[in-house]
Amino acid sequence: MAQIFHRSTNTIARVSIYGTLLLVLLLGYAVDVVNKTAYVTEVNIARPQPVPFSHKHHVGELGLDCRYCHTSVEESSSAGMPPTQTCMACHSQIWAQAEMLEPVRASYRDSKPIAWTRVNALPDFVYFNHSIHIAKGVGCTTCHGPVAQMNITWRGETLYMRWCLDCHNAPEQYLRPRSEVFKPFYEPPRNQLALGQRLVKEYKVQRLTNCTACHR
Amino acid sequence: MEDNERARNGARPEVALSALRKATAQGQAPRFWRSLDELASTPEFQAHAENEFPHGANDLGANLDRRELLKVMAASAAFAGLTGCTKLPAQQIVPYVRQPEQIIPGKPLFYATAVTLGGVATGVLVESHMGRPTKIEGNPDHPGSLGAADAFAQASVLGLYDPDRSQAEVHDGRIGSWAKFQSELAAALDAQKQSGGAGIRILTQTITSPSLAAQLGKFLQAYPSAKWLQYESITRDTVREGAKLAFGEYVNTVYRVERAEVILSLDSDFLSTGPGSLRYAREFARKRRVEDSQGKMNRLYAVEATPMPTGAMADHRLRLRASEVESFGRALARQVGLNVAAGPAIASSYRSDWLPALARDLKLNSGASLVIAGEQQPAMVHALAHAINGALGNFGKTVYVTQPVEEFPANQWESINELAAGIRAGNVDVLLILGGNPAYDAPADLGIRELLPTVKFSVRLGLYEDETSALCHWHIPQAHALESWGDARAYDGTVTIIQPLIEPLYGGKSEHDFLALLNGQAGKPSHDIVREFWQAQKSAEPRFDAFWEKTLRDGVMSDTAFPPKQVTLKPGLGEQAPAPAPAGIEIVFRPDPTMWDGRFANNGWLQELPKPLTKLTWDTVAMLSPKTAERLGLKSEDAVELKYSGRSIEAPVWVMPGHADESVSVFLGYGRTRAGRVGNGAGFDAGWVRPLATPWIGTGLAIQKTGKRWWLAATQTHSTMEGRDLVRVGTLDEYRKNPNFAQAGAEKNPLSLYPPVKYDGYSWGMAVDLNACTGCGACVVACQAENNIAVVGKREVLVGREMHWIRIDRYFEGSLDDPNTYHEPVLCMHCEDAPCEVVCPVAATVHSPEGLNEMIYNRCVGTRYCSNNCPYKVRRFNFRLYSDWETPSLFGLRNPNVSVRSRGVMEKCTYCVQRINAVKIEAEKQDRTVRDGEIVPACQQSCPAEALVFGNINDPNSRVSKLKEKDLNYSLLEELNTRPRTTYLARLRNPNPEIEKAASA
Repeated sequence: MAQIFHRSTNTIARVSIYGTLLLVLLLGYAVDVVNKTAYVTEVNIARPQPVPFSHKHHVGELGLDCRYCHTSVEESSSAGMPPTQTCMACHSQIWAQAEMLEPVRASYRDSKPIAWTRVNALPDFVYFNHSIHIAKGVGCTTCHGPVAQMNITWRGETLYMRWCLDCHNAPEQYLRPRSEVFKPFYEPPRNQLALGQRLVKEYKVQRLTNCTACHR
Repeated sequence: MEDNERARNGARPEVALSALRKATAQGQAPRFWRSLDELASTPEFQAHAENEFPHGANDLGANLDRRELLKVMAASAAFAGLTGCTKLPAQQIVPYVRQPEQIIPGKPLFYATAVTLGGVATGVLVESHMGRPTKIEGNPDHPGSLGAADAFAQASVLGLYDPDRSQAEVHDGRIGSWAKFQSELAAALDAQKQSGGAGIRILTQTITSPSLAAQLGKFLQAYPSAKWLQYESITRDTVREGAKLAFGEYVNTVYRVERAEVILSLDSDFLSTGPGSLRYAREFARKRRVEDSQGKMNRLYAVEATPMPTGAMADHRLRLRASEVESFGRALARQVGLNVAAGPAIASSYRSDWLPALARDLKLNSGASLVIAGEQQPAMVHALAHAINGALGNFGKTVYVTQPVEEFPANQWESINELAAGIRAGNVDVLLILGGNPAYDAPADLGIRELLPTVKFSVRLGLYEDETSALCHWHIPQAHALESWGDARAYDGTVTIIQPLIEPLYGGKSEHDFLALLNGQAGKPSHDIVREFWQAQKSAEPRFDAFWEKTLRDGVMSDTAFPPKQVTLKPGLGEQAPAPAPAGIEIVFRPDPTMWDGRFANNGWLQELPKPLTKLTWDTVAMLSPKTAERLGLKSEDAVELKYSGRSIEAPVWVMPGHADESVSVFLGYGRTRAGRVGNGAGFDAGWVRPLATPWIGTGLAIQKTGKRWWLAATQTHSTMEGRDLVRVGTLDEYRKNPNFAQAGAEKNPLSLYPPVKYDGYSWGMAVDLNACTGCGACVVACQAENNIAVVGKREVLVGREMHWIRIDRYFEGSLDDPNTYHEPVLCMHCEDAPCEVVCPVAATVHSPEGLNEMIYNRCVGTRYCSNNCPYKVRRFNFRLYSDWETPSLFGLRNPNVSVRSRGVMEKCTYCVQRINAVKIEAEKQDRTVRDGEIVPACQQSCPAEALVFGNINDPNSRVSKLKEKDLNYSLLEELNTRPRTTYLARLRNPNPEIEKAASA
């Protein structure tokens, strides 16, 4: 009896089976690549704000402490956003007439808050607490990037779960002494690993990777 | 619910009661049972119970073919994948312009205030997130709370955000304005100036607020002929009149349950309702806790018609018709040597050996015994209780009296009658109704609904535009208790300043605001009114500012509890003629355990809270005993016509084991027509057959079967005992003889295939004391509020989809007619070897290093395997989108620290992991370990009886470890070797040997 299928059918079958597999893998890879692009992660993309507030100027050049504005960062889950009053503490004296600052003055005058665009956002099912990270020696710029160089603020890191877990699995690679947490130009020392391991012990840092540490 | 749908779900099987009774009598039935259906164990019931959810719980239907299934699966897979492709939406951060001093974003603030029921305050702490009150908890410093809060108090925060609340002034059915109202009211009052206000009536609810009473007093000075009347349908008239009968004056009775060794409740539910019940429950539970088998405990006798939580806690419960309690009281009074006339012979199931044994026990404990009369019992029973307490030398020891907590104690039934008579005679020109809802709950035969529209100028201040508002000219939206300043007294007279947590959401006016308007002080802030009043009262206070601040902070005003008052029993109690013997079937009106007088009808949490003994939700019933049901040929869910006092109403029947025979209990608070979207149309209005003459107990009820059926959503038959001893009970004597009775049958070190896990740090666990739990349901509401648990509605409860993370199982033991009743709260056991974890295909439920069984919503794909594999049936699945993601006002209510779950997600008790984490973070920051008792889950916090204790079981000195060490400690379904972290302490009974012996003989 003659063959029903031509010999080449074997090849076609193989190519289509392995090809599909490859395609699926490629597709997966593509999704992964796209997910890491700035388009999706929004990392390094400056967000327009109602007032062009410059961290570079205030932190980098003038040397304001992070906590001058983000007052609750050591106490609460939220770092806190400064009320208009905080801006006006200085800007009722300096640059008091600057056009750029009109929205701030208007806010103070009319008691209407400024609506800032959120830069660092987490999904609603993630419960992040700033204060405990500060207490355990996680520096501001470790997560928020080189804030002191940002004219308009951008997201410094992806804030993806795997990025969180990088540190939760190996905190010794990132920890700083508590005295250095708020330093905007902090550079990790060459012996970071040794320092980190010492700090992990000293600050009793746990490697919390169970789900309800963040999700509940 | 349509009949056909119910038919699809498998109708509840019918039960042959006589056969059951025989079986229980002959010991063929299981010792413990949860429902009549289960006891009967019909094949239909077996089929009904076999599935975790009844038929029809699967929306796709049974006739789904393979093709369809594959299509649906493919679609869900695709959609599930696609949801991962969303980008976070752009969000805004809106900081303050000027930040208030104490607000730290992310940290809740707690304010001390009070919520009232029947005028009496329960001190509470309200949690506020960035200005949004989200949760109500008891105030540990408040004498009437001691840190606990009942279901009503806790659910009132939902009432605050209720989108159905009235939001505008309404004038004759159209939107009015406050300014126009002011001018109309001024004109109406002016017209009354001449007559001194003879045509003015102010109708309020019970007022204990000293400052409000002062305002009313001021108004009555300006209009001396005006009248202030008080009315609530759940009135404490009989308590007041009973005191008058006994002492010749109105007094307030305070019990000291912690000093009582023997307590008799005469149809009273002092452990779960009424002023001071939270405190009484705590004191009672403390007296019941035994350290070891040598411990002592108190003894509770309960005489009651309707099964109530107090009776379920009793060591001896006597079923008696409510109308026969007086006879019983008289007989007891004679036994303790009082000279009163004997009442008519008690006809119902009454054991003659009970009374002498009880009397001996009471006398033996003179000075340490206590008799408490129920609020639905007539004044004479209260007077008898006072007299018996007097004869036993209990005054000054287990009971004392003070001046009344009400500012103007009055007979409220006479008041409402007086009002109706006034309107009828045309004497009422201006009627101001502040709160309350007389058009719904006034005695039916007064015809208030017909009379109200005949008043010339009527105003209603109310939270809802309800039945009464519809019949008044003006409706003014009322400010919620969490939106207004005020004050109120607790059960012992202690004053709490009520402070607002939030500006009125809908521009409501408080009673203080309203009276300020009447007193010509329109617009005066109610804060100033309350503060100025107390400044005048406390003129001796050297630094009033500091005193005021402290009072607000503490939630109690120091030294305001009333001192005990010396009273003497009035002679002549003996001449009071006994009430005649009841003829025919009696009807007993009771407050609904979750709706009270109907004011909570639009509160979904309370509608869905299973009632303590029937486990019914969203409905009310006419409750009767199995014997009476049998005689009348009725079964549960039969619709009947209740004819009483010349009126009739259709009601569903509920056959309740333990109910008195020839007696029918009905509950007020249902059948609302203008309650709101949640409460409208639920249940029937028992108040419709409640006449002025018999507010609580009447006889001569006629029952007629209508042939219709009424589907009731009870949560009790969704899972069964299957013959396992889930609840373990022993008497104190048994415990002394065999301290390990609760652990009988437990293997010491059972083998397990799972490798043991070592917990180095914390290891969380819980102990539940069945000896303390009264089944009140406060924990269920606390859990719901804390964990953003959705309300599902009657239809969904009928198919077993209620979402409560903690349920309170109710078990019966013994005979059909007169069983013992036990409560058992069941929450996630956080099993060490959890069966749910191993079956989850996506690892959405896993074990934490601290022993928690974690549930990860954003991983869950909704296979429900975990729920299927859970032997305790504590997992809840979001079959639909139950959480309200749309109503803006409800967003404010949510606990920001707990995810709001969406459709298709499993959820369950987390031991309040958000609270664990919050405390752990604070401890870590202070470089210390978590202290014992620092982490308090919501259920434990709300429990008046301290039945639930949570803590670190790695710490041998923690409270929970010590409880677990006790020989009463046992695990549920121990034989499955799931090694639960939630364990139970067996229930103990302390029966009187005399009575117990006679019963077994």
